[in-house]
Amino acid sequence: MVSNNLTSKRITVFAGHYGSGKTNIAVNYAIYLNDLGNKTVIADLDIVNPYFRTKDSEKILKDKGIKLISSEYANTNVDVPALPAETYSVFADKDCKGVLDVGGDDRGALALGRYVPLILEENDYEMLFVINKHRFMTGTPEGTIEIMKEIEDACGLKFTGIVNNSNIGEETTVETVVSSMEYAKNVSQLSGLPIKMTTVWDAIYDKAKEEIEENLFPLKMYVKQSWLKERDE
Amino acid sequence: MSEKVLMKGNEALAEAAIMAGCHHYFGYPITPQTEVAAYMAKRMPKIDGGVFLQAESEIAAINMVIGVAATGKRVMTSSSSPGISLKSEGLSYLAGCDLPALVVNVQRGGPGLGGIQPSQSDYFQATRGAGHGDFHTLVLAPNSVQEMVDMVFKGFDLAEKYRIPAMILSDGTMGQMMEPVSLDMGEIKEYDKSWALTGTKGERKPNIVNSLFLEASELEKFNFERFERYKQIEENEAMYEEYRMEDAEICVVAFGVASRVSQNAIDEARKQGIKVGMIRPITLWPFPKKVLNAAADKVKAFISVELSMGQMIEDIELAIRCKKPVELCNRVGGMIPSTAEVLEKIKEVNGGVK
Repeated sequence: MVSNNLTSKRITVFAGHYGSGKTNIAVNYAIYLNDLGNKTVIADLDIVNPYFRTKDSEKILKDKGIKLISSEYANTNVDVPALPAETYSVFADKDCKGVLDVGGDDRGALALGRYVPLILEENDYEMLFVINKHRFMTGTPEGTIEIMKEIEDACGLKFTGIVNNSNIGEETTVETVVSSMEYAKNVSQLSGLPIKMTTVWDAIYDKAKEEIEENLFPLKMYVKQSWLKERDE
Repeated sequence: MSEKVLMKGNEALAEAAIMAGCHHYFGYPITPQTEVAAYMAKRMPKIDGGVFLQAESEIAAINMVIGVAATGKRVMTSSSSPGISLKSEGLSYLAGCDLPALVVNVQRGGPGLGGIQPSQSDYFQATRGAGHGDFHTLVLAPNSVQEMVDMVFKGFDLAEKYRIPAMILSDGTMGQMMEPVSLDMGEIKEYDKSWALTGTKGERKPNIVNSLFLEASELEKFNFERFERYKQIEENEAMYEEYRMEDAEICVVAFGVASRVSQNAIDEARKQGIKVGMIRPITLWPFPKKVLNAAADKVKAFISVELSMGQMIEDIELAIRCKKPVELCNRVGGMIPSTAEVLEKIKEVNGGVK
């Protein structure tokens, strides 16, 4: 699991390359915070991708009592890059723990920019850079750093840590995660940012735990798509 | 085998095209294909001689495609349903000029502006040539991100082999799904391109790429010749995949995302003792008529699972000469049939034809 140092922060921002796994991590992390007894709010700031949204997890979030702030237009045919005014409540309500799910790349991070003054003013946040070695554009530490800088420039907020979400979809094994650690450490060295979390599917969490001791965070897949292959477990 | 990477369908289309030697891309944004253009915008400047250009419209983009295709270089454009309608005139010109090119349609719901969620309702448009005049476009319908990559290679290859435009018929879901892929494609075949406009250097007669003919008899001759090539394509290039068809009494026919849902439904039906299988067309034109017609002699009925009001179903009926009943199982407007809905249809057909 992750350190107290991370969960004690009031705002946690997840940003990164397009398709790096931000939404799923943000949903899992919000549920984790909530299960620790925190009043938790998750806000979807993605104005880039009209598919695969935080809103897909609406039911589980509601069941857990987690407040979801999402565009009224998410998952509809209205392809409008609009964010609800309610998003400001995350910054106004200091009793809650806020999780921000930011859109991919610099284009997605642009929307975060308008909330950055509030985040800096309160100064109780983590801004986590989600990385995956097996994504084509972030296959090398140098390419990953390039995207990191583009995001920071776009939103005006600096990252404070890294989430190593290296995976290869259904074919991910413990070995996939273990062998990605060197890449993550290289990104960490080049950026000067600590690895605050390494994610792994909950099905292989116990095995991975034997190899990776620090900050291993299990992920559940809360949304099941009908076109995914049925798995015999 | 190179190491696998995790890619979205739309990204895989773009990267595979670059790897297949396509260094010219012309596009215009429309959901849900915009990532293809966005990816190309990021990657092309890093390729030696790579050109990415966002045109002022879909029509401009397809005409730029015609220009590059005439030089014999590999070229691609992509769009989503309404944008493909705009490109259809250009598709006809590509066919009339016998030019190879790759056009991608990441389908969304229609008609009109419709919606941005996935659909397969451009089946008729794609398989009937899309534009005016007598012509065909080779239509490939991948059902995984890996097959997306494979079909980009195949599409360019067949387009050049037969000098015809090829189309990848994808959809919003296929474009967004993320799966591991290998981009290791093997060699790119070289075809004769002595027809291409590459400059005569004063050493040969100029080539002419044109679809205008002043004599009706000459235009007729070109049409006949072109259809001789289409005959060869129909004979040699139909692709399909059979799934659990060995002893099947019911044959599901589905392509793209519908085939993935159908596969789960078939597995479930098999557990319940229903003998059902699937023939998945990978090429929609040429349509795999022979295998379907052969299956019609063995099975009791067919089920066409589509994200349309029933378009492919007509090709199935034609292919099997209406020898057996064909039922439709469909959702439209951006909805995807659930595994349970397909299973329910299989059970219904199984009961009905006992």
